Amino acid sequence: MEPIVDVKHLSVGWGDTVLLEDLSFQVGKGEVFAVLGGSGAGKSTLLRFLVGLERPLAGEIDVAGKGAPDLDAGLPPFGVMFQGGALFGSMTVGENVGLALQEWTSLPPDAIRAIARAKLRLVGMEDAIDKLPSELSGGMKKRAAIARALALDPDLIFLDEPSAGLDPVTSAELDELLVTLNKTLGLSVVVVTHELESVFDIAHRCVLLDKEAKGIVAEGDPRELRGSSDPRVSAFFQRRTRHG
Amino acid sequence: MAANPGTLESPRRARGPAFRVDFGPSGVRIGGKLELADAGALWRVLRTAVRRAKPPALVIDLEGVESADAGALALLVEVRNELAARGLRADLRGVSETLAPLVALYEGEEHGEPPPARARRFRRRARRKKPEGMVAQIGRRTVELGAGAKNIVTFVGDLAVSAMTVAKRPAAGHWREVTPLVERMGADAVPIVLLINFLVGFVMAFQAARQLTMFGANLYVADLVGIAHTRELAPLMTAIIVCGRSGAAIAAEIGSMKVAEEVDALRTLGLSPVAWLVIPRTLALLIVVPILTLLADVIGILGGLAVGITTLGLTTTGYLSEIKKSVVPFDVGTGLIKSIAFALAIALVASQQGFAASGGAEGVGKRTTTTVVTTLFVLVLIDTFFTVLFRTLGV
Repeated sequence: MEPIVDVKHLSVGWGDTVLLEDLSFQVGKGEVFAVLGGSGAGKSTLLRFLVGLERPLAGEIDVAGKGAPDLDAGLPPFGVMFQGGALFGSMTVGENVGLALQEWTSLPPDAIRAIARAKLRLVGMEDAIDKLPSELSGGMKKRAAIARALALDPDLIFLDEPSAGLDPVTSAELDELLVTLNKTLGLSVVVVTHELESVFDIAHRCVLLDKEAKGIVAEGDPRELRGSSDPRVSAFFQRRTRHG
Repeated sequence: MAANPGTLESPRRARGPAFRVDFGPSGVRIGGKLELADAGALWRVLRTAVRRAKPPALVIDLEGVESADAGALALLVEVRNELAARGLRADLRGVSETLAPLVALYEGEEHGEPPPARARRFRRRARRKKPEGMVAQIGRRTVELGAGAKNIVTFVGDLAVSAMTVAKRPAAGHWREVTPLVERMGADAVPIVLLINFLVGFVMAFQAARQLTMFGANLYVADLVGIAHTRELAPLMTAIIVCGRSGAAIAAEIGSMKVAEEVDALRTLGLSPVAWLVIPRTLALLIVVPILTLLADVIGILGGLAVGITTLGLTTTGYLSEIKKSVVPFDVGTGLIKSIAFALAIALVASQQGFAASGGAEGVGKRTTTTVVTTLFVLVLIDTFFTVLFRTLGV
């Protein structure tokens, strides 16, 4: 497996507080990889470090063979979808999607709009191209954010809780979209989630983070991990409390 | 439990049965209905029971409880935890099967946790609640101030780097935003700037009118208003208005973007938030504040003219020719120099505070307030600095 994300002995945290330590895992090219864990386990925090928004306390991150992401150096080789979408409120949906194209390509405005429209069509949002983010529902914001993350056709996309707070139908549609993008474009996907149904549907492999262990307690195919003898792992995958 | 040495009934008893408490030698027996509406009375009763509690245990007998809501149960559990922290056991007896799981949830009890372990846990929790000492408070505040200073230095550094990057590669700036910002911060502020400065000129002339009349120096109201307004009041009043309007807006806007992860989203698109958000706002303020100050100069002088004509018997020509004699271009120039420094201060303080926002709407609100207060202080400091400097240089 050729890795697109390679993490070695990574420690993350804030100041003197270590949240997760000695994490090592790889995400293969063309893989849908899930970062799992309960609330407060540090999933979203880990994502911030993986995409270069924070500097690790220790360890190494290599993304797309270019070392640790340096966001100050220009366009990173991946797209990111944030939990709430993080669309720019002063821009229309189309402008949000077209922003990266406008800044990083020399395409004329009408070509940028055409590409933005195509990306929005991909996520079923073509009609919302001229709407402001404040006019969108939670699910629409997330889909538009995926379209924005895909604007420059990256090989890798990071998604933070794409299904959180969505109704089952919208959630299933998002899952279907990710699987389609993965299969057709070979897009590598790193998804932070705790939605088990979604994980079983889309993830090829996963890591399970644990707050008390401050690290990874399981790694592999989520369908296989369901039968793990480790109570921390089986409790998560079988939706049981740790007390039985 | 033994016979009752004292009975206390809920004050709501007049409206029907609520709860009833019997104090016994080893504890209390509670009966009736435990409702949140009676929580105050129940809490007082339980405090009495806690004060009377003697080792090794206080028995709280709930057998007579007909029903209990969650809030009332929370009080009972809290009393139990408090006693545990003091090394006493509190036995909740007679808890119905229906209520038992809720009691366990409120206790946050680890399954199978023995009473000594629970006592240790609550003693630890009680210790953690101890108020912070003075030395610790001073230390914590010092560390916070140090972190704040570090953030400001980092922000100024980021700004300098971004400004150089934009200077080298103008395409990296978000120039499209400058025009709407100039309109929002400048054109929209014109009416309030004109009104306030007219009134300031008017009031200054009005206050001076009486004294000037006593000395027969009516015409010198033009000198007073002209020099004081162009050198001092017009730039300062204009900057205060811009601070309240645009400074607060910049902090709130960037702060909201920060807490909504929009600033992070910009970074993951390879865009510099400073180049994208701060530089256009700084540039817009550098354009509008001097222009507004010039308008303020003119309208303030007209405010003085209104007083001159109506109460001092001056003519328009006489007033304006005196203004022309007394106000030299450098008076206006010093005001403009100040206004440029004010614009920079407003933009930088507001942007820095916006980027420092965290924790949702409350965090944004706090940073917006801090922006206005800090900027007003900085404006007065800058004004003092320039006034002393110009006087020292003799200009």
